[in-house]
Amino acid sequence: MKNTFRGGVHPISHKELTRDVPLRVLNAKGEMVFPLLQHIGKPAKPLVKKGDEVLAGQKIGEADGLISAHVISSCSGKVKAVEKRRVQNGQMVECIVVDNDGQYSRMEGIGVRQDISSLSKEEILRRIREAGIVGLGGAGFPTHVKLSPKNPDAIRYVIANGSECEPYLTGTDQLMRSQADSIAEGLSLMLRLFPNAEGVIVIEDNKPEAIEAMRKASAGNDKLSVLAAKAKYGQGGEKMLIETVAGINYPSSMLPAEVGCIVQNACTIYAIDRAVAYLEPLFTHTFTLTGDAVKTPGNFIVRDGMSFSELIEAAGGLKEGAVVKKAIVGGPIMGIAIPNLDVPIQKTSSGVALVTVDQSEVAASIMTSCLRCGRCTTVCPVGLLPQMLADAVQAGDLERYEKKLYGLECIQCGCCSYICPAKRPLTQTFMRTKAEILAQKRAAVGGKK
Amino acid sequence: MIILLTTLVITIIGIIVGYGLVYTGKKFHVEVDERETAVRECLPGNNCGACGFAGCDAMAAAIVSGQAPVNGCPVGGAPVAAKVAAIMGTTAEDVERKVAFVQCKGDCDVTHNQGNYVGIQDCRSAVFAGIPVTECSFGCLGFGSCVAACPHDAIHVINGVAVVHRMKCVGCGLCAKACPRSLIDLVPESKHVSVQCSSRDKGPLVKKVCTAGCIGCAMCVRQCEHDAIHVTDNLARVTYENCVQCGKCAEKCPSKVITLPLGFKKPEAST
Repeated sequence: MKNTFRGGVHPISHKELTRDVPLRVLNAKGEMVFPLLQHIGKPAKPLVKKGDEVLAGQKIGEADGLISAHVISSCSGKVKAVEKRRVQNGQMVECIVVDNDGQYSRMEGIGVRQDISSLSKEEILRRIREAGIVGLGGAGFPTHVKLSPKNPDAIRYVIANGSECEPYLTGTDQLMRSQADSIAEGLSLMLRLFPNAEGVIVIEDNKPEAIEAMRKASAGNDKLSVLAAKAKYGQGGEKMLIETVAGINYPSSMLPAEVGCIVQNACTIYAIDRAVAYLEPLFTHTFTLTGDAVKTPGNFIVRDGMSFSELIEAAGGLKEGAVVKKAIVGGPIMGIAIPNLDVPIQKTSSGVALVTVDQSEVAASIMTSCLRCGRCTTVCPVGLLPQMLADAVQAGDLERYEKKLYGLECIQCGCCSYICPAKRPLTQTFMRTKAEILAQKRAAVGGKK
Repeated sequence: MIILLTTLVITIIGIIVGYGLVYTGKKFHVEVDERETAVRECLPGNNCGACGFAGCDAMAAAIVSGQAPVNGCPVGGAPVAAKVAAIMGTTAEDVERKVAFVQCKGDCDVTHNQGNYVGIQDCRSAVFAGIPVTECSFGCLGFGSCVAACPHDAIHVINGVAVVHRMKCVGCGLCAKACPRSLIDLVPESKHVSVQCSSRDKGPLVKKVCTAGCIGCAMCVRQCEHDAIHVTDNLARVTYENCVQCGKCAEKCPSKVITLPLGFKKPEAST
């Protein structure tokens, strides 16, 4: 095993703001909003209607189809409405709005320790599915689908992603420090699904406390190991983790399972353990509130559905006179800037950074011509030639982009945009071009039918 | 002596090459339809590509080989179609010229952007990268991908929304293809009554984000005597074949989102 991958960048991490702040539980007061689409795939179907009473932990949205996930209420109260609301990515999504009664009365049986020694594989998967667990790293892919590959016996590595390479975020770090035993247990639960696999927990070496805690927790189990990876942005990507652990590079047309690897975020694994061993569905998760506009930055256990503004207020509010110029959810590099703070926290919101830096210094820097310095090529973790790709896009030559330069392999990690001294918006260009090519392909397939 | 010899050699070479050219010319002669040249002469010749072929030469070849209709040139319109039809020995079907129409009225006075988007100032880059720039999920972004696509300077972004110059527009549809939100439709030139909105959201939601959006109230449908306007998916749409341009729907529309016919006067004034 190597301890790093090719490429990557070293942005200022800003983790010192929150890295040593222990997790604290925050509860919401007002209404809670649960979007029916918090995952990749089809939106869930609502199971409740206006006026219904719900309890914390109750399933209020049913997964629709194979690639979909249940939606769980995080509070008790009365359903106020089922309507379209704006969510963190700025789109309008059908949401269930619950008037929170502040009691947080739970469904019966939630949080009771179960005997997990004799659970069958099907039962483990069923509990994960029932808990509505999705990938908590940010993409939100339904976990039960990821854990049901066609070839469970061929899986060699189950990788727990504790690298948390995005600047600002420290929630996973704190979770690994405080709940190491749970994460180790969750990982061994997953290993039961894959008899020939070993579990590797990858943690960047800028989190020595978490590495220590995870080493201690996994000491008794010889199938588990902890890999201290070099701290570098990009490490938390699925492809980079597999390159680091298994030494395999694979094209975008293949799934990680096809090369014998399953990657899950450490927070997801914690949620799996809670779901299987305690029958507790996914309605709380770790969240980092940080940035130079926040009075008391910290790590929290938050309930899904509370709004960002309510969370900020409950956590101590903003610094006096601070004007938030950008609020970025899910890490400043791959995350998205949210247009307003009155949108609900959802399963995939791993943290928010509220920054006061003037926007002209951040995203609106003046773009100049490409200098041909080649830095983008040296940092690209998948080994593409970003400046050539951008040229192909500018020339409108999508065929060259796709066939000659393999532009569809781009993982949109943002390293090229970060390093570019000419401030060229490379990542956005590739995001757009990939989407356009895929749309054309879908249209061609549809046309043939 | 040298002068004479040189002249002789040059002359002989000239004669040989000349015969060679004549021979190869006859041997490798390609039959060209003279109609193609004639059609090419009629076409405007600015190679705009609006017909869908690679310039006027390709268009002429396509017309002669029957792949394109005789009135396939949107720039030339009816006069060119008539000339081409005469060459081809047919009559041009009387097809009305179409113009682009932007189905959005959301300028900066009636709706707003959310957040402060500072990325690439281009509609396609914003929409395909999943960035919802506007509050309305259907409306015009106003970065002008259509403006860049127009070969005839016929569409401009005015106060945050794209507006078509109907006189300049040749109906090539390049702007419609460029628009990532498919807001631009091609309508017959004589039809002026159209719905200037594309939002398929429900009424209250539309009102929240835009004061000029179609709320799907179907008031227009009740006014229409010619079955020419219908509401589907919370959005009114004009059926141009049936529309007689009376403007009754536009007059009653509570959000004033239907465009009025040219020279429209209120019924009281006209009686």
